[in-house]
Amino acid sequence: MTELLEQPIPAPIAPQTIDKVSIVISKGSLEGIYPGLIMANGARMEGIEADLFFTFFGLDAIRRDRQERIKVATVGNPGMHMPTLVGALPGFSALATKLMQRQMEKLDIPPIPEFVELIADSGAGLYACRASVEMFGLTLADFVPQVSDVISVGEFYALAGGGQIIFT
Amino acid sequence: MTTATSANTNVDVDAEGFLVDARQWSERLAEEIARENGVPNLTPRHWLVVNFMRDRYLETGTAPSIRSLGKESGVPVRELYELFPKGPAKLAAKIGGIPKPRGCI
Repeated sequence: MTELLEQPIPAPIAPQTIDKVSIVISKGSLEGIYPGLIMANGARMEGIEADLFFTFFGLDAIRRDRQERIKVATVGNPGMHMPTLVGALPGFSALATKLMQRQMEKLDIPPIPEFVELIADSGAGLYACRASVEMFGLTLADFVPQVSDVISVGEFYALAGGGQIIFT
Repeated sequence: MTTATSANTNVDVDAEGFLVDARQWSERLAEEIARENGVPNLTPRHWLVVNFMRDRYLETGTAPSIRSLGKESGVPVRELYELFPKGPAKLAAKIGGIPKPRGCI
């Protein structure tokens, strides 16, 4: 005679959550900067802790002298679906940028300077990468006031402890 | 999904606890939802945000973005996050009895 054993009931698994993200922004084009900003803002909107680390040309997003002049890359960008020579025409990048900005305004996506301020006000930390800052001959004074500090990669990892790192 | 409130009324909520029908909302229910979501006491500043969210939704059919919330509600972004640390737009929508904002901004 076989005896039916009671099946053990597996313990319910709580859905995994993300509590903290550290986002690296390494590119200086419009399409290189926005994804990281949108992810940082989106994290804060969900109550997730977020820090932003700007490196290499990503620093343009927080440089006082460049922040308002970020352009779409129309050359060497297959996503534009047009011949590279067309993208290289004078004024073309400015035009593409203007069109994209108009579309973003319609969707209530703020321009980069306003977006950076919004994210900082939402409680995210903004940091500049020391190696890049030194390479470009910059200081903390070259950045918008929302930037808390210039930090090394080691300090970045310490800040990112216990969370997820996203590189853009 | 139907859930009973301590006010002894039944309201319809989605899987995340947002009201399905904005008409079932009441101020008493708002206070209850707030307590359950880590906001023990709704101050006049909280109410300003909650009412702005709700009014804007009932007017336009969509909840405002965090950007317009910060610009137009009368409560700046920094304070919004102090009032609702777990996400102002999401939480104010929940307390205000309107669907979860679906936008990315």
